[in-house]
Amino acid sequence: MIDLAIRRRFRDFDLDVAFRSESRTLALFGESGAGKTSVLNAIAGLLRRLEGRIVLDDRVLFDSATRIAVPTAARGIGYVFQEGRLFPHLRVRANLVYGARGKGDGSGVDFDAVVELLDLGTLLERAPLSLSGGARQRVAIGRALLCGPRTLLLDEPLTGLHLDARADVLEHLRRLKRELAIGTILVSHQPDEVAALADEVVLLQGGRVAGQVPVADFGASHGYRLKHQR
Amino acid sequence: MIPLTPDEWDALQLSLRVALVGVATALPIALALAWLLSRYRFPGRLLLEALLFLPLIVPPVVTGYALLALFGRHGAIGEWLAGFGVVVAFRWTGAALAAAVMAFPLLVLSIRVAFDGVDRRLEAAAETLGAGAWRRFATIVLPLSARGIAAGCVLGFARAFGEFGATISFVSNIPGETRTLPIAIYELLNVPGGMPGVHRLALLSILVAVAATAAAALIAGGTPWRRHDDD
Repeated sequence: MIDLAIRRRFRDFDLDVAFRSESRTLALFGESGAGKTSVLNAIAGLLRRLEGRIVLDDRVLFDSATRIAVPTAARGIGYVFQEGRLFPHLRVRANLVYGARGKGDGSGVDFDAVVELLDLGTLLERAPLSLSGGARQRVAIGRALLCGPRTLLLDEPLTGLHLDARADVLEHLRRLKRELAIGTILVSHQPDEVAALADEVVLLQGGRVAGQVPVADFGASHGYRLKHQR
Repeated sequence: MIPLTPDEWDALQLSLRVALVGVATALPIALALAWLLSRYRFPGRLLLEALLFLPLIVPPVVTGYALLALFGRHGAIGEWLAGFGVVVAFRWTGAALAAAVMAFPLLVLSIRVAFDGVDRRLEAAAETLGAGAWRRFATIVLPLSARGIAAGCVLGFARAFGEFGATISFVSNIPGETRTLPIAIYELLNVPGGMPGVHRLALLSILVAVAATAAAALIAGGTPWRRHDDD
């Protein structure tokens, strides 16, 4: 599903990450500052001055050697940002369909199905800034799905949510995984989130890959620590 | 209402037309330049910013003279324009050009601040949703900076409406063609028995200024998209 090898020098640390995976839901797990979001941004084409190569579903999205860099808008990804990033001047409905314009229904996700899947029916005419954190994140997930992506990128989708909202969004993500056949790359520093959603886990540490394990070996909550005590 | 003579009406209408056309002319260029200054780092950027301020700093009479030298019948640009039958010197269109030049820095400054205030992460989000540069600009940047742009237009309009020095030195004082409100006031000050007219026009310009200020305050106050659940 993904074959990635990228390098990028930042002011305070170097990102040098390489992994490949055939899993449908892959988690990038690590402490904050490990470079997880940078990898996601690289896949999305939002990271400049990048070196290396990114192949997603047999499609070369980026290759610095042959100067290939598919524009973000054409990468076929749906990105759910940590802070949601809903457009504040558009109502929920307009936010949801923003990326759906002119894309046809190639992905098989239609508006009503997404609204139903994420329980957005009562929110459609609301303003984003009037939504609770959990609802906002569900709208962000719906918006990303409706642009018809081949791969969904989730950046810490549950961080900053209250406990109830967290359980709610997690439940919806589980449902999504069950009902939609869509590749997902999840960034998280929460072991339970990873255990609940991922098939395989890439462990990142200090801008490098520290390990790659099937989720069964990752352990419910302490897998990461155990792995490193060995 | 203030009773006005036909000449005074002419001056008021001309001033409004000159200021509106001037701002409308300057706006597209101001938008482009503000965008450039807000989003790009390039060599000569500081010089460009310094040049931008010139019309605010140089005496308006000098700006007017520069316009005359460039756009006059024998000016470099004026001669070229005349080839297309376009003449701006000593025409109301010249007054509008002077108004555009004088309003331009204020427009660029306000719009640039408005562009700077738009969260770039929202633009990145739109990009991931498949929106190209123009669509991002039209659907994200413009709506989110609309108030700043509108406030800049009001400010530019007020500056253009009050323009005197550059206008009189570029297009002179021709009744019905280039005699704007400030120039009419100046003229009346030099005419015996002109004081009542001066008072009427002064009052009028204060009213326009107050209306423009109020409009700017209304536009700048509050952000309507915060919560519109109650409507």
